[in-house]
Amino acid sequence: MVRFVLTRLVLLVLGLGIASILIFLTLRVLPGDVAQVIAGTDSSPERVAAIRDALGLNQPLPIQYLDWIGSALRLDLGNSLITGTPVIDELVEKSEVTIPLGLVSLVLGILIGLPLGIFAAVRHAKASGAIVSGIAQTVAAVPIVWAGLLLILVFGITLGILPAQGFPRAGWDEPGRAFLSLVLPALTIAGIEGAVLLRFVRSAVLEAIGQDYVRTAAAKGLTQNQALLRHGLPNVALSVISVLGIQVAGVVVGTVVIEQLFNLPGVGRMLVTDVGNRDLPKIQSELLVLTGLVLFVGFVVDLVHRLIDPRQREQTHD
Amino acid sequence: MTDSRRIAPVWLSALVRSPGGIIGIATLTLLIASALVSLFWTPYDPSRADAYLSFAAPSAEHLFGTDNSGRDILSRLLTGAQTTLVVALGSAAIAGLVGVAFAVLGSLTPRWVRESTTVLIDVFIAFPTVLLAMMLASVFGGSILVVIVAVGTSFGIIMGRIARSELRRVAGSDYVLAARASGVGPWGVLLRHLLPNVAPVFIVQLSLAAAIATLAEAALSYLGYGAPPGTSSWGRMLSELQPYITVEPLAVLWPGAVITLTVLGFNLLGDALRDATDPRLKRSRTKKSGALS
Repeated sequence: MVRFVLTRLVLLVLGLGIASILIFLTLRVLPGDVAQVIAGTDSSPERVAAIRDALGLNQPLPIQYLDWIGSALRLDLGNSLITGTPVIDELVEKSEVTIPLGLVSLVLGILIGLPLGIFAAVRHAKASGAIVSGIAQTVAAVPIVWAGLLLILVFGITLGILPAQGFPRAGWDEPGRAFLSLVLPALTIAGIEGAVLLRFVRSAVLEAIGQDYVRTAAAKGLTQNQALLRHGLPNVALSVISVLGIQVAGVVVGTVVIEQLFNLPGVGRMLVTDVGNRDLPKIQSELLVLTGLVLFVGFVVDLVHRLIDPRQREQTHD
Repeated sequence: MTDSRRIAPVWLSALVRSPGGIIGIATLTLLIASALVSLFWTPYDPSRADAYLSFAAPSAEHLFGTDNSGRDILSRLLTGAQTTLVVALGSAAIAGLVGVAFAVLGSLTPRWVRESTTVLIDVFIAFPTVLLAMMLASVFGGSILVVIVAVGTSFGIIMGRIARSELRRVAGSDYVLAARASGVGPWGVLLRHLLPNVAPVFIVQLSLAAAIATLAEAALSYLGYGAPPGTSSWGRMLSELQPYITVEPLAVLWPGAVITLTVLGFNLLGDALRDATDPRLKRSRTKKSGALS
């Protein structure tokens, strides 16, 4: 196990390294003259030179890269070109919206996808199972913006029971209103991610039902459902955990679109604005943080997977 | 080659027999037909605004009504199909190329290349499509091409991961060894024996890539980093009509419904293709239903 953790840790660090180089190359090298891109084509040479100076673009590329990564490791993610504020401060501030939104969406998505996925698999030959899986198939095809718009239309406008736009200015100092303003956005992301998860769970459970050990248990006197519960589901848990890694990426993307739609001052909306402003140094650090997050979740998922899968545990002793 | 030619009609007929396959093919046909027809004819000029006709209700003249500036929604949906089709096909094409490249690099090369490719694939997969597109958009500005490249690359990497193991399995099979032994070069083996064998896996994934591409186009055009202003695109229609949701909710329903239907069609087509091309799945499915009865 220790060896596995160490190997996986090396891979994580390697992955972060590759990702950071990729982001750096795309945002610093691909554009040609970054300063010109940021300043726009019709700007004065003085302004371009000023930007070049501010970004340290006169340094050789490897130095620029090491500078960026070195500061990032000390939690200094640089400053915004537009406002001059440190990126890390803004990230922390916006996370107050995005992290609760992401977590609630993830948990709600699991609460929707897991039980209904098992239900759809167990009842797959019956009308109820087919209906659930048909609905999931359809919901998984809905563009997330539109899903949000429909929820706004029903709960925000027609019924008028939930706020459809914005976040209280006082933030979490107004906990009730802050929470309420995240309900519809979280439901939107959770609904779609839950439908995707449901389909994964359904096929994993279907596969478990066909496995010999579940059939044997059923033959030894357990009912089909008991056999599935006792012997099948622990195996289903494994594939669900792997899927959760993908779900997290889905939630990250979901927050980008949904924060825009619901006008929430979060990390996703900040990124959209920064891309519009071509605030390249800021985008660079934001992408690093987001990719790092997804890579880290993948790392944790692998560890948990290894911990609870007895077959893999045995393999490590070889 | 003769082998795959013989198999093709079998899975094609299996595809046509499944309900999902029929819905999928029908949707795809409708999409292609809309895109082609709108090249030559639409009920109205999709960009002709008419302030007097703002949000006209659906009628015989305007089947789906008009939008905020009085443009005919049906005409805009039809031309929007062009954008969706270009994005879906373009992404699938790039995904196919990237997928083959990664699959070959990850399976048929010396060990160190193979293993570095595996690490690379794992890193790239962690990069969500929409973020990749936004990264490219911050350098090049938003465009259809950015969407295509982003979706194509990120889905190609997923395909590469799936096809890699398949390719390794086939590479070790007897007929490939026999072909190598009889003097067929590595490229000949790849083109004549290996790729035709992983083609079914690829075709299934390409269909799913088209679904993802359609959703990504909608999301990115909504954010303002996909189709440029003036282009007919379903994602743009969503974002242009969003502010009027309280005024005319019905108008916002159309583009969303059309996107959903298209994505559903691509997904069903992909699922049906997978069932039709995977003999193992068919057998295990019968076993499953047997266990339950």
